[in-house]
Amino acid sequence: MIRVEAAPFDPEAELAAFRAAQAPAGAIASFLGCVRGGGTEALILEHHPVLTAQAIHSFADGARQRFELLGLLIIHRFGRLAPAEPIVLVAAAALHRRPALQAVDYLMDLLKTEAPFWKREALSNEERWIEPHQADYAARDRWTAPIEEKTP
Amino acid sequence: MNAIAIFYGRLRECAGAERRSIALAAPVDLDAFRALVATDDPDLRDALSAPAVRIAVNDVLSPRGAEIIVRPGDEIAFMPPFSGG
Repeated sequence: MIRVEAAPFDPEAELAAFRAAQAPAGAIASFLGCVRGGGTEALILEHHPVLTAQAIHSFADGARQRFELLGLLIIHRFGRLAPAEPIVLVAAAALHRRPALQAVDYLMDLLKTEAPFWKREALSNEERWIEPHQADYAARDRWTAPIEEKTP
Repeated sequence: MNAIAIFYGRLRECAGAERRSIALAAPVDLDAFRALVATDDPDLRDALSAPAVRIAVNDVLSPRGAEIIVRPGDEIAFMPPFSGG
């Protein structure tokens, strides 16, 4: 399931529902990204009304091709978020741990650099745009190797 | 007829607006369209021309470096580097 939405979500409830729907899965890996504290008053995320969801669906297709997955959950918010609020939840279910862990890693690398979001941080006296670091692009580029055969 | 330039992220701040409507009688290439969009604003023209800026034509993302022709009626999105997660 893929959702791009403004409304807050409850990551524990989302994960519980995801797990309940993945009966044969022996492995569920997940990543939750939250707004950092420490001076940030809010994180403002913009998205593209068409391209953002489309891009995330294509990342999910890529993850299913690369890794032997039973299920995927991606929730990404946009709008104005307060410190500690969840921004993104990615969960992958598989028979074994490695494809689940790798799929989450892969999807986060793509979400960071290839999903049409723009974010700015509101500090007490200014706002500043946040763009990916070189390390984020390097992390994404780890996955550009040709797709190997899935291993069961 | 017009073509519409739509600005996302910090490019919207550079442009001072979410969109600009540009009178267009015939197709033009992207360079010419950028010149029309930023006719009075060299800083905006530079910002729109940065290699990291991605372009979408009518809600279809163009591959990096693709040759883009803007036609009357098109909506051209100018998007700075993506930053999700």
